Amino acid sequence: MKFTLSWLKAHLDTSASLTEITQALTSLGLEVEGVEDPASKLAPFVIAEVLTAERHPQADKLQVLSIDAGNGPLQVVCGAPNARAGMKGVFGPPGAHVPGAGITLKVAAIRGVESNGMMCSTRELELGSDHDGIIELDPSAPVGTAYAEWAGLSDPVIDIAITPNRQECLGIHGIARDLAAAGLGSLIEPDTTPVPGTFPNPVAIATHDAQGCPAFHARTVRGVKNGASPAWLQRWLTAVGLRPISALVDITSYMSIAHGRPLHVYDVATLTGGLTARRARAGEQVNALNGKTYTLDDTMTVIADDVHAHDIGGIMGGIESGVSAATTTVLIEAAWFTPERIGATGRALGINSDARARFERGVDPGFVAPGLELATRMVQDLCGGEASDVTQAGTLPLTPKVVHYDPARVAGLAGIDVAEDEQAAILTRLGFTVSLGERWAVTVPSWRRDVDGEADLVEEVVRLHGLDRVPSTPLPRREGVALPTATPAQKRERRLRRALAAAGFNEAITWSFLPPAHAAAFGGAAHSLSNPISTDMAAMRPSLLPGLLAAAARNFDRAQPSVRLFELGQRYLASGEHPTAAALMAGDARARDWRTGASTKFDAFDAKAAALAALAALGVPTDRLSVQSPADGWWHPGRAGRLALGKQVLADFGLLYPATLTTLDVRGPVAAFELYLDALPPAPKRKTGAWAPAALNPLTRDFAFVVDETMAAESLVRAITGADKALITQVRLFDCFAGGSLSEGKVSLAVEVVLQPTERTLTDADIAALSAKVIAAAAKLGAELRG
Amino acid sequence: MTDPDQLQSEVLGHIAAAASPEALEAVRVASMGKAGSVTTLMKSLGGMTPEQRQTEGPRLNGLREAVTAALAARKTELEAAALDARLKAERQDMTLPVGLPPQGSIHPVSQVMDELAEIFADMGFAVATGPEIEDDWHNFTALNIPEHHPARAMHDTFYVDGLDAEGRKRVLRTHTSPVQIRTMMASKPPIRIIAPGRVYRSDSDATHTPMFHQIEGLVIDKGITLAHLRWTLETFIKAFFEVDDVTLRFRPSYFPFTEPSVEVDVGYSSKTGKPAAAADVDKWLEVLGSGMVHPRVIAACGLDPQEWQGFAFGTGVDRLAMLKYGLTDLRAFFDGDLRWLRQHGFAFLDVPTLSAGVSA
Repeated sequence: MKFTLSWLKAHLDTSASLTEITQALTSLGLEVEGVEDPASKLAPFVIAEVLTAERHPQADKLQVLSIDAGNGPLQVVCGAPNARAGMKGVFGPPGAHVPGAGITLKVAAIRGVESNGMMCSTRELELGSDHDGIIELDPSAPVGTAYAEWAGLSDPVIDIAITPNRQECLGIHGIARDLAAAGLGSLIEPDTTPVPGTFPNPVAIATHDAQGCPAFHARTVRGVKNGASPAWLQRWLTAVGLRPISALVDITSYMSIAHGRPLHVYDVATLTGGLTARRARAGEQVNALNGKTYTLDDTMTVIADDVHAHDIGGIMGGIESGVSAATTTVLIEAAWFTPERIGATGRALGINSDARARFERGVDPGFVAPGLELATRMVQDLCGGEASDVTQAGTLPLTPKVVHYDPARVAGLAGIDVAEDEQAAILTRLGFTVSLGERWAVTVPSWRRDVDGEADLVEEVVRLHGLDRVPSTPLPRREGVALPTATPAQKRERRLRRALAAAGFNEAITWSFLPPAHAAAFGGAAHSLSNPISTDMAAMRPSLLPGLLAAAARNFDRAQPSVRLFELGQRYLASGEHPTAAALMAGDARARDWRTGASTKFDAFDAKAAALAALAALGVPTDRLSVQSPADGWWHPGRAGRLALGKQVLADFGLLYPATLTTLDVRGPVAAFELYLDALPPAPKRKTGAWAPAALNPLTRDFAFVVDETMAAESLVRAITGADKALITQVRLFDCFAGGSLSEGKVSLAVEVVLQPTERTLTDADIAALSAKVIAAAAKLGAELRG
Repeated sequence: MTDPDQLQSEVLGHIAAAASPEALEAVRVASMGKAGSVTTLMKSLGGMTPEQRQTEGPRLNGLREAVTAALAARKTELEAAALDARLKAERQDMTLPVGLPPQGSIHPVSQVMDELAEIFADMGFAVATGPEIEDDWHNFTALNIPEHHPARAMHDTFYVDGLDAEGRKRVLRTHTSPVQIRTMMASKPPIRIIAPGRVYRSDSDATHTPMFHQIEGLVIDKGITLAHLRWTLETFIKAFFEVDDVTLRFRPSYFPFTEPSVEVDVGYSSKTGKPAAAADVDKWLEVLGSGMVHPRVIAACGLDPQEWQGFAFGTGVDRLAMLKYGLTDLRAFFDGDLRWLRQHGFAFLDVPTLSAGVSA
């Protein structure tokens, strides 16, 4: 919401300085977003007289002027057709920044003639749109004087943010009321005494949509002359960013900005019969003032004559019935539209107008009739004419709200003491009517739609008393040190994050939404956005991998040779949100090195090792995990697996399927794992109690078996581990090869078996018996001991 | 008979002159071997009279011991020299480079969330979470933002296709405030929680991303006021930015779910680039939105607003990270650029703790 200081002072009689006013606004909750004085950027521009004007020797359309800007003659080249000897205008000297042209002036030769500055147009000074010639000033304008100061342009424009609850401050008058209540002056009330009608309103007025437009007031003014509005009004409107159009239109703009009271004016000559507020017919069209045609539905309210709809009620007027220079009879509409309906219609049509902004938040139902009177007076003042009687159709929602209020709630909620008489005075100054008692009965003024409870009144009192005066009081603290608060899941995430970073992975945070094609490559999105910001951000991710893959691709584009990324976040599946960790390894696993030779790529076992390390960091008994075949199509069918603890799948790992990588435009191979945090078993309790290391040293025995290549090595290890649960503490597979003397389809697996004697040293007989058990256990799987 | 003394000096001379283990071995064989000069002389003892043996025995034994010792000493010398020569030949260039293990990193957002959890834990706040795909009741209605409220439109909400099991519209949560609702409905007061997490708004430009992170704080108890809010925020800002003094400015604002609503500005000193004591403040930064939880919100959660009241606050985690660690580009937070992650990320050992400090 923008307004100028002089416009504010038309509503607030104050001696406060600009700084005092802006500070007060911010402390009242009307946050000042900017103050700009248009005069400050025009400071270098001075009034100058054109002494002589000669044709430019090299250019037909240019003139060479001699001007006096207070320091004697200066030569200036000028292209304006209206430049002539004897006129006065606005001169910008070298060094001046011309705001409307975005240039800084300097002495320059224009077509071979030196020019020492510029005579400016209104557009160049951002004072208007005229660029047909330079500004012509009154002959009495004093040469050498700063132009902006002489022209009275110094009128700071204040821009404030209005929160949705303060709809009454969408009019300058409401802002002035707040400032007056805060002690910055007194509110100047406008003259809203009724203008007597001299004839019956010739336009019949009705509302047939009590829900959308409960009240519709209007009157006709005939014999008006709709010329340009006066300079003061044009200046105010321009300053706040509106384009002056004509007196009648500018009056509606004035009412909207100054009083938050949108009005609409109709050229009565264009109407057929009366005006009625009614529901639009489905498919009915309105050609709106912004030049667009809107197709409405039957939830929307229109103002229509007997033939067609003219106005999207409370949002935008129609072009056919708009006023023009030819208008002699005008109908002024002052209606009250239901905020909810305005909001829904505005959203559906995508119209953001000043009228919608106000009606949507709720204009003052108490200012419908007074506003119409004020507007009538302004029309007569600026355009002349004779006013009809006022027609009032429908009923305004004027039932006063009464809030029962305990003044002790200020201390109770805000923690600050404000004396009861000060509280009553504050509320009264804001327009509330206070009836004292044990519980006060506080009547809410019609313009404060937001206030309906005690807490709201506490806010009003504290806001005016000074919210920043609330003291600082410590929260009660429990005795002793603070208790731990993190949940097991939170501790697990923190631990995993740091374990992965320790393992050399960089944590990334990628979008929760994906291009649908990326989601499709990972099983498809169970949830999609109805209104994505772009189609590339429409599918809620079913996996964390596509986001990391896209990040890997970007890193490759930036010439990164090796990418290790991880992320912790949610997957969004049909079954709900699942906390997940994913890590990805792409590019060089190892750079070429003088010790190790050529660079190597990541493989599936890098992924397995990283996944197991991550699970181990979370306390998962990794020796009890089984490796199953990958279940999902985005994994390499032969070089990926899933890790399960019993039936619970904890993670998938391996190389990603090449076609999936092609979809995401990533160079392979890419190794990755995804770890399903909500599938993990509870973290194990730390073991406590007495413990002593084994008294006897362990010993090892090696065995090599020939097995079918289709047999999982893990099953051999498991079988051997189970061969003697008391003695065998570990079985480590240390060699695996095929070919050589082995027949086709066979592989040799060599294992080191660790034996831990407990009571006595093992004898040769013990070891022979153990070996026999190992060989027998392996044989059950078809494994033959190599000779 | 050879004179033992002469023989000794002769053999010791040969030993000293032996330049290699092989030469030394030849001297040993020639002296101490089966037919060696010393051995031969020793054998002569057998043919001596007891009287001769009495005098010659010790001399000859002395000879043998001296030669044996000299051989051993020379052998050690030669071995040491050989080892020395071999090690010299084995020299490696210790200036050759060795690769360090890859350096992982923690994202600044995660680090800051850990810092916040640590600070608020000391004030008795637990960390609460909630779903990111929310229903419009939790995200709006329960927070006193009814269907047609302009504030709902101002949220730039992402809607998710379909309805939830209870027939409610589904949205990506636009703020972490629905966690307030879920917490109040699931647990009995007194409540002290913070709720950090991802939130979503349909907004994208140089300073806005459609996904970002917020942290919500909620205290529900008896007799809690705005003054407790002020202390809590002061304490948090001081601890988070590690400054001794902080100046907060409370401004009236509007959030449908709080009443009164307070916008909190933090006073900054441009000299230190940190929050500062009042005397050093020369600019204000809007950092937090807050207020007393609206009685309607408390009632919507099934609590009696006459009995329970409290405050809530919310702020951007990404923004806190930017302010504290001097990061400038929000979009870079979500790009996964390794250069940025390594530059701005944190080492895994930088775990924020109260004793070591919450800042890395």
